Amino acid sequence: MSRKSMFCKEYFWQILVTIGGLLVIFVTLLIGAFLVYKGSDTFFKFHHTLGEFLGSANWAPMDNASSKGHVGALIFIVGSLCVCGLALLIATPFALGSSIFMTEISPKFGEKFYRPMVEIFAGIPSVVYGWVGLTVLIPFLKKVFDLQVGHSVLAASLVLSIMIFPSITSVASDAIRAVSKETRMAAYGLGSTRWQTIYRVVIPAALPGVISGIVLGLARAFGEALAVAMVIGQTTALPKSIFSTSKTLTTEIAAQMGNAMEGGEMKAALWTMALLLFLISLLFITIIHKFSKPKGE
Amino acid sequence: MNKFLKGAMIVGLSAAMVGCSSNTASDDSDSKNESLSGTITAAGSSALKPLVDVAAEQFSNENPDVSITVDAGGSGEGLKQVADKTVTLGNSDVAAEEKLDKDQAKDLVDHQVCVVTMAPIVNKDVGVKDLTKQQLIDIFTGKTTNWKDVGGPDEDIVLVTRPTSSGTRATFQKYALDGNEEASNASMETDDSGVLLQNVTDTRGAIGYVALSYLVDNDDVDTVAIDGVEPTLENTYSGDYKVWTFEHMYTNGEPDKATKAFLDYIMGEKFGKKMESLGYGVSSKMEKTDH
Repeated sequence: MSRKSMFCKEYFWQILVTIGGLLVIFVTLLIGAFLVYKGSDTFFKFHHTLGEFLGSANWAPMDNASSKGHVGALIFIVGSLCVCGLALLIATPFALGSSIFMTEISPKFGEKFYRPMVEIFAGIPSVVYGWVGLTVLIPFLKKVFDLQVGHSVLAASLVLSIMIFPSITSVASDAIRAVSKETRMAAYGLGSTRWQTIYRVVIPAALPGVISGIVLGLARAFGEALAVAMVIGQTTALPKSIFSTSKTLTTEIAAQMGNAMEGGEMKAALWTMALLLFLISLLFITIIHKFSKPKGE
Repeated sequence: MNKFLKGAMIVGLSAAMVGCSSNTASDDSDSKNESLSGTITAAGSSALKPLVDVAAEQFSNENPDVSITVDAGGSGEGLKQVADKTVTLGNSDVAAEEKLDKDQAKDLVDHQVCVVTMAPIVNKDVGVKDLTKQQLIDIFTGKTTNWKDVGGPDEDIVLVTRPTSSGTRATFQKYALDGNEEASNASMETDDSGVLLQNVTDTRGAIGYVALSYLVDNDDVDTVAIDGVEPTLENTYSGDYKVWTFEHMYTNGEPDKATKAFLDYIMGEKFGKKMESLGYGVSSKMEKTDH
């Protein structure tokens, strides 16, 4: 009897877990297939070329089923790249610095206080960041740089950099902590100072993990729509400087999707942009996998 | 075993989805007077939503057996959902023919529930109270870029607008700018009229446009008269002010009893007063129904 119930338990959980796993794979594939199905309309139904979509800055899709508009998404692609790249440039030094601080320099304080703080940081919803950006950062930028409009690529990057800072920090610090004690001891044994140990031994050893963290931060930055939309001052133009307003892939999708006509050229172009975002995140995940693959034993 | 369970789950999921999309039928068997019951779902235009919310609340108080849910989502979404019969009422700033195929639009019945008047607004420091239509067109198409050219201070003009698919933008472009395309590459687009209002309030030299409903009790921005005609409900009724549009609530086929009662309530005299206090115009008061 007890033997039978044991087996029941065993199989019940096994089946449950299997279903959960399969469902996740199924949903992911389904979303991908759906985006391909919807996004390909731009090319097959409305006969635009991939070159136009990726290489032209002429964004004027028709909000109806004719194919007379232009679907150049270059503005949004460049906007996304600029904002995220700048955010990464701002956030990475701080994130690296604080992960080194909380693992190497002051591990006790880091573990008890700093790490929980960073985790809380990561949990703040993006709308809060956007709102604070809008009410604090924008007036600040206006005052400091004497601008008429505070909304800018710079404002969006600053908000994003604060948002991705905790993601990078926690992954990077995990990677640094995982460097074995023997490695450090060996470095000290050879007469290295603490700083020499950190930048010649620990950081290179933890590099794959650190890069994973950075890519993860980049992925989060790419996907963020709400906070960026609030501070970038959405303008359909390529950014000329860090003070100009622009648009990103996500902000344009969020702004237009509700009003665009179903089955129209604009909706199709928006789906293609969503597909592009999906492919970009796929790329990021591939990069992370490549870096975090354990080296041969 | 695995396969069986997986199959069962898929069946379950699809059943749930079907369930979701068919819950709009409301019962019309109830023939006793005064006791309406049923479910009304509405989705669409965010410009119209505040009004429908108020109407839904007051109507539900009088008819407790009717439950009404109102979603935003945009005009396109509202039209699509009512065409698919996902919702009972599709709210839209534009006529269904502009956003749907002929096939989809042919069963939809239009109810012009109210009039929305759009007003150009400027930041307080601009001080310009009146623009000619040509000046307005030059400003929004990017030809005029400094306020000193139209009688204001020496200050750059900052355009604050709505996305190209927005109904508010379509109306403003059609009637205030005579169909001229706004300069997209020089204007800050905002997803929402509330945010637009905030941006114009906060930004020196900013000009934008919102529906009058957003300007009730608002003293933070100046409205601009076009060719000397103030954007008010009175001027809209008399036909002097041209930048207005009917707000549409579409039903798929003729409405059932509860929905009809709700539409009659919104367009009725009693709710009309409330409507005007919220900044919307009453359809029946329009002296001219075309522009």
